[in-house]
Amino acid sequence: MVDRNEPLSQIKSRRDSALAGLVGGVPYANWLGIRFDRRGDELTAVLPFDEKLIGNPLLPALHGGVTAAFLEVTAIIELAWTALWEDLESGRITPDAAVPDSLPRLPKTIDLTVDYLRSGLPRDAYARARVVRSGRRYASVQVEAWQDNRSRLFAQATGHFLMRQNG
Amino acid sequence: MTTETAHDPEARARLAREFFESIPHVQALNMRIDELGKGRAVFSMPWAEHLVGDPRSGVIHGGVVSALMDSCCGAAVLSHPSNPQSTATIDLRIDYMRPAVPGQRITARAECYHMTRSVAFVRAFAMDDDAENPVAAATGAFTVGR
Repeated sequence: MVDRNEPLSQIKSRRDSALAGLVGGVPYANWLGIRFDRRGDELTAVLPFDEKLIGNPLLPALHGGVTAAFLEVTAIIELAWTALWEDLESGRITPDAAVPDSLPRLPKTIDLTVDYLRSGLPRDAYARARVVRSGRRYASVQVEAWQDNRSRLFAQATGHFLMRQNG
Repeated sequence: MTTETAHDPEARARLAREFFESIPHVQALNMRIDELGKGRAVFSMPWAEHLVGDPRSGVIHGGVVSALMDSCCGAAVLSHPSNPQSTATIDLRIDYMRPAVPGQRITARAECYHMTRSVAFVRAFAMDDDAENPVAAATGAFTVGR
């Protein structure tokens, strides 16, 4: 039931604040500096470079654990965003990081397998996740991360997640 | 990751320790190297509020545990008696078995259980105060620079 006449600014502010609420509710994602760009329902995670993300000062290169964490956060937010889309659009759930009780319970990681394809350069990184299968209890998600060139991935991951019932 | 050559095992362990302690992300997470040598490593780090994944439970984010285990595995490779010059993660699988108890220190133990000329196979466990009941397990393959 799409309301064609809903003001555009209202749609944008609802979606942007829902996304900000989901991401803002994860302290560790904020500490890493992860943010999300949105085009409609398509999300791109952005990890701006910071000195504290370095795992090899000699090269220098991003820490493999940072890469894994970035991919995991991207997968979890994408999965929650996709699973909750209808509830967010209808206003049934309105996540606000300042109000912990308004935050939906995020999917829980069961396992994550990361392929390190090339070393992470000391510059911004981007990632997009694709929900391969999302059932009532379990979901499988694939994530890709790149830096300068979208087609030259520096890491990819597959993870399995436990879905949680909200509301 | 690269360290200088040293055939004396103690000197090697010291170099590997100095290298890990110089890593900005290792410092940012407040990691401590508890043991290092002969293809085994023990790293630990304290719980902190900004590392939490879910503010309602206070449980630390899985990504933090990944970072600790990745560093610990890399250190286990560099401390192997076959004297690798450098290493990098090829792949790492992490199983999250249970949430780490908020406020408790997390300790990772890694062991390089097989070494070839160019690849190191490593496994690791992460524990909180209940050392009998791991929080997470990891298995990975790492490059070996000779």
